[in-house]
Amino acid sequence: MSNIAKAFEKGKAFIPFLTCGDPDMETTAACVRECVKNGASLIELGIPFSDPTAEGPVIQGANLRALKGGATTDKVFDLVRELRRDVEVPMVFMTYSNVVFSYGAERFISACRDTGIDGIILPDLPYEEKGEFSPVCEKYGVDLISLIAPTSENRISMIAREAQGFIYLVSSLGVTGVRQKITTDLASIVKVIRESASVPCAIGFGISTPEQAHSMASLSDGAIVGSAIVKIIAKYGPEAPKYVGEYVKSMVEAVKR
Amino acid sequence: MAGRFGIHGGQYIPETLMNAVIELEEAYNRFKDDPEFNRELTYLFNEYAGRPSRLYYAEKMTRDLGGAKIYLKREDLNHTGAHKINNVLGQALLAKKMGKTRLIAETGAGQHGVATATAAALLGMECVVFMGEEDTKRQALNVYRMKLLGSDVVPVTTGTATLKDAVSEAMREWTSRIADTHYCLGSVMGPHPFPTIVRDFQAVISREIKEQLLEKEGRLPDAVLACVGGGSNAIGSFYHFIGDPSVELIGCEAAGRGVDTLETAATIATGKLGIFHGMKSYFCQDEFGQIAPVYSISAGLDYPGIGPEHAWLHDTGRAKYVAITDDEAVEAFEYLARTEGIIPAIESAHAVAYARKLAPTMDKSKIIVITISGRGDKDCAAIARYRGQEIYE
Repeated sequence: MSNIAKAFEKGKAFIPFLTCGDPDMETTAACVRECVKNGASLIELGIPFSDPTAEGPVIQGANLRALKGGATTDKVFDLVRELRRDVEVPMVFMTYSNVVFSYGAERFISACRDTGIDGIILPDLPYEEKGEFSPVCEKYGVDLISLIAPTSENRISMIAREAQGFIYLVSSLGVTGVRQKITTDLASIVKVIRESASVPCAIGFGISTPEQAHSMASLSDGAIVGSAIVKIIAKYGPEAPKYVGEYVKSMVEAVKR
Repeated sequence: MAGRFGIHGGQYIPETLMNAVIELEEAYNRFKDDPEFNRELTYLFNEYAGRPSRLYYAEKMTRDLGGAKIYLKREDLNHTGAHKINNVLGQALLAKKMGKTRLIAETGAGQHGVATATAAALLGMECVVFMGEEDTKRQALNVYRMKLLGSDVVPVTTGTATLKDAVSEAMREWTSRIADTHYCLGSVMGPHPFPTIVRDFQAVISREIKEQLLEKEGRLPDAVLACVGGGSNAIGSFYHFIGDPSVELIGCEAAGRGVDTLETAATIATGKLGIFHGMKSYFCQDEFGQIAPVYSISAGLDYPGIGPEHAWLHDTGRAKYVAITDDEAVEAFEYLARTEGIIPAIESAHAVAYARKLAPTMDKSKIIVITISGRGDKDCAAIARYRGQEIYE
């Protein structure tokens, strides 16, 4: 069984996202430790990409700040190695196909296993193209995580049946970023997912308040939050870990409620 | 495999867009051989866009270069002044048949944006064009044109604020509004089925070249030259000759300040295999796969990738790709104006520049066709500035 399953063993999961190297790797490491200390179940680490087409302005900004600060794929693996000295919760990467492809699938995915990354989320790798990396992921026991969107409709069962680790259910149309309201009929999508999938399902995109996190987690197995955390980091910079910790604490309480 | 050109192409896009591209492919397969659809499209091509475009014998240029006989395929004479209208009329008509009421598009120099705004006005559709903020400044007149035609123009401030960022932003917009919106992609790039659809609508260029040259010369050309950014006018110019091995196909990329500098947009010369903007192809990028900020004097060729079918034609050796610098393109721009009284788009001038090198090496019995993909009025102010003369539109 995948290590990711552990994240969902103690009730609903809260999954924070951070862009590695925004504003520097030390701040990212300190933020990850704050997230873990305050009850995050799984950590989603973004490897910055120059042209993140699935991201809204907040995470785009984080990507550019990180790249400007000198973040590279090699340095992200160094960060993971350093974190794994004490961080035990499952960790996954979120990045774009070209980051994996240009590093070399074999080299990238074997480094995931060696450093302690349990899965990879690639928002520009749909079901039809997952063969690009899935054979190598299987070889090294790294889960290639599938996304399901409000527009997936007749594709839900097909994707869910082969899903590994957990399913990332996209809450609404559009790119990542804070939303006032989420109006998609997620309950019926989750129902179809549960009929086909053998892995848990967490909802992300647009979640920022404890109320939203609570309602999304009660519909599924957990809530994923990115932009709201990245905003805190953008605001406080190297002082951010303390504030990220407080925020994560409130969100963890909300999903477990 | 569907949507692949050798190893290139594919559909590397967010799950949110998958049903939209599947729906588009199904609709395209339904309409592409539909007599009614083709009758309507041919009507728009001929009566509205002014097709067929002329195949003009450039007698003075031929004499001056002293080698192969040179013909110019005059896509610059189309309505809106470039080949872009061919694709846009096709896609807009298809979108309308699909029940879409709104078009979105990216644009670099503004030619594709103007063409999309034009088709939207003609067919009574809403239109929003994404354009890098840098480009809105460089091409202020085209921004005004699009607005005059009833479109909204959204300046894109992310990344390098040029064409690649406009594509990214149009993709983001599409993921947020799919039901009533068609993304009218401007080149033979992006996820399947776009490279195929755009190629098919642009293939009218090579179909006409073939017919027109057979009529004038009774034979096929020896070489066909076209400029390549994403590559739509080039694939349109090459397509019906791919099966004729005697016809050399030559794509002319923008080398900017030179392929040995960082200020270049020559993807085949300097890029490597990657996955970006929905496709696997060649891209200018660094060792960690970060997309490079590219440069060319031509806003229309200022893109870090190349369409997947070109990548495949390069792999198989069926087409050859050469890099032309800013200096060479500007000289060719001025040369064609002086020699033939035709001001080509600075993009097309890249193809003219290579013809100036190639023609003298060929026998007088040989024939070269150069596609003049657009007209150069839009570039005059920029070229004047390049030559140190400050003029304003």
